[in-house]
Amino acid sequence: MSDNKTTNLMRRRVLKAGVASAMAVGAPIIFSRNAWAEDFRNNPANSKNVVLGFNVPQTGAYADEGADELRAFKLAVKHLNGEGDGGMMNTMKPHKLKGNGILGKKVTYVTGDTQTKSDAARSSAKRMIEKEGVIMFSGGSSSGVAIAVQGLAQEMGIVFMAGLTHSNDTTGKDKRRYGFRHFFNAKMSGSALGPVLKKEMGTDRSAYHLTADYTWGWTQEESIKETTEGLGWKTVKAVKTPVGAGDFSQYITPILNSGADTLILNHYGKDMINSLTQAVQFGLRDKQVNGKTFEIIVPLYSRLMAQGAGENLKGILGTTNWNWALKDTGSQAFVKSFGQEYGFPPSQAAHTCYVQTLLYANACEMAGTFYPPEVIKQLEGFKFDGMGNGATEYRAEDHQCFKDVLVVRGNQNPTSQFDLLEIVQQVPRAQVEYDAKIFGGELGPYKV
Amino acid sequence: MDAIFIQLLNGLDKGGAYALIALGLTLTFGTLGVVNFAHGALFMLGAFCAVTMQKLLTISKTVKDTSITFFDAYKEQPYLEIWWGDTGTMIIDYSVPISILFAIPVMLMIGIIMERGLIRYFYRRTHAEQILVTFGLAIVIQEIVRHFYGANPIPTPAPDIVSGSAAIGSAIGLSDSVVYPWWRLIYFAFSMSIIGSVFAFLKYTTFGLVVRAGMADRDMVGLLGINIERRFTIVFGMASIVAGLAGVMYAPILPPDYHMGMDFLVLSFVVVVVGGMGSLEGAVLAGFLLGVLQSFAAMNEIKAILPGIDQIIIYLVAVVVLLTKPRGLMGRKGVFED
Repeated sequence: MSDNKTTNLMRRRVLKAGVASAMAVGAPIIFSRNAWAEDFRNNPANSKNVVLGFNVPQTGAYADEGADELRAFKLAVKHLNGEGDGGMMNTMKPHKLKGNGILGKKVTYVTGDTQTKSDAARSSAKRMIEKEGVIMFSGGSSSGVAIAVQGLAQEMGIVFMAGLTHSNDTTGKDKRRYGFRHFFNAKMSGSALGPVLKKEMGTDRSAYHLTADYTWGWTQEESIKETTEGLGWKTVKAVKTPVGAGDFSQYITPILNSGADTLILNHYGKDMINSLTQAVQFGLRDKQVNGKTFEIIVPLYSRLMAQGAGENLKGILGTTNWNWALKDTGSQAFVKSFGQEYGFPPSQAAHTCYVQTLLYANACEMAGTFYPPEVIKQLEGFKFDGMGNGATEYRAEDHQCFKDVLVVRGNQNPTSQFDLLEIVQQVPRAQVEYDAKIFGGELGPYKV
Repeated sequence: MDAIFIQLLNGLDKGGAYALIALGLTLTFGTLGVVNFAHGALFMLGAFCAVTMQKLLTISKTVKDTSITFFDAYKEQPYLEIWWGDTGTMIIDYSVPISILFAIPVMLMIGIIMERGLIRYFYRRTHAEQILVTFGLAIVIQEIVRHFYGANPIPTPAPDIVSGSAAIGSAIGLSDSVVYPWWRLIYFAFSMSIIGSVFAFLKYTTFGLVVRAGMADRDMVGLLGINIERRFTIVFGMASIVAGLAGVMYAPILPPDYHMGMDFLVLSFVVVVVGGMGSLEGAVLAGFLLGVLQSFAAMNEIKAILPGIDQIIIYLVAVVVLLTKPRGLMGRKGVFED
């Protein structure tokens, strides 16, 4: 009898324990949507914090952009953790961000210096992934760098939210499932710039290109040539220049007698500042060729470059992803927040990095997990607004964001030290959209 | 014709920088027998004299920018402008020419400290050891500059009055399209005057006579009771000034960064080797020759036949010269051949 009692008690205990265990294990599955049991690289499940990696150029030709990117990342982390005024978290829609980190985990970050070099960027990203345990990394300011680290992201199964990268290849032939670009690209710059060039400079021009000799320069030259030749312009010559050349005089002197009446500078950052300054010193803007005033075009523009180039940039046309002078509520909220923090408005590089960080965090919240394939699925095709440039969509086919593009001009009459670019036209998204298939490439698998 | 003339000017302008650096290198090598890999760092330090002067002249007060209303923005207003208005602005505008006066004593002092503090201990050591120690010194100097000034290039503009270009074409009967930046023309004239001054100093002064004698036979000059070591220390200081001034004047052409010395060092060694080790005339001749060749190689007509030639022309010429004239264009027998 007593033996039976003991057996019953034990059975009850076992049953109770079994039910309790099943509930304990099952509860998260029942109550939390999209809960994933899979283990994955740098899963922060057992940590109070989640680590993000910010891999930006702190030295080299794009260091100014890198510094501003880092400021924006830090501000995004602050807002995600519920500090500060919340910035674009107040205007983004739809979103599931709660201001308590990501999925309840406090956001921390590590930084790296890409040195604007692909190999340095890759080893810095690898360190972040292997040693610092980042769940996502971001940054850029060079397409060569972005493409190199995007490949690494795919190999290692860590999401890469690209910063400033403008080459068609990033979301074209070199696109990857684990890489996402919010910034616009050279093809979109060309499409936006075309009608304005036609209106302001006509259809009979001879263009000379100076092009940074790497993926971004090549694709920008190709896209701008496609646009200008489509307008009826002739391309006199396209010359490749090494990144960080410094002294561009030997490339500028041949332009003087080339018969060209337009110089297109496919340069960015300090290269653009140096080449433009030297082109102006060589008197190009004062020249009359073929009965026309010599013009310079800088297809990819930024306020930071405008600051460096000073007077030389006044009146020069180009395109930009975003500008602090935009009047929409999202842009204004970000500018105010950034301005209060640092004492000056953000650059387009800062804007894209801030937005990318928030978008990743929101995708995790929507997925209910950090598991990369699920986060990626949330980002693919995600439509949002309230983050500048109007309604935006992350196209699922190539991970390229589509939104309005700004055609700008170096401001002739600035009203403040930051009022350097005048917005000539906000080109609607429909005008810059293109078929994802034209650039080829494969995204690759979700699970790696 | 116009294109050739512009490329020639551009080549002479580049050659001026090469010649100035190579001249200092050759002076050090010819007098002290030291292969000084830290010479590029002296060029960089010169450029940073211009940066320092600009920073000193623009020490500023932070004031609120009232044109920005929706956040607290600030701007820097230099004290010189606050105190002296337009005169202050003009002084800031002339920071590069002013820094020449600053660079001369600074570079002389740096040169003497370098020579007395380190390099003199390596006079009788092998060239391999000299290269190692001076290369190490160059890296140390570079990292010190990086620590204090950061890694990014610092724009150091020329005075406004010479920031445009000169219409040379119309002045000499060529087409109006032939123009050239004023500051680059000034750089060329400046490099010619420095080179001329160094040669005149060595040729027409007693000090120069002794130095030249020392370069030919150091032991004999010593036996005549002349303290040749002290003179050579001064020569090292002179070489530092020449490199430094080349750097100061180059700052408006290429915004200085901590690495610029290394970029020029390799080119300058090629110039010295092509000119002939120990030959001052050879260094100057090779500097201008290679600058002009590099500039012509960048012409589209040349690159259409030989793509990428502009990137390798200098090294190609060095190979050809060394194969045909192993001592360089004006090298002397016995130099660097022990």
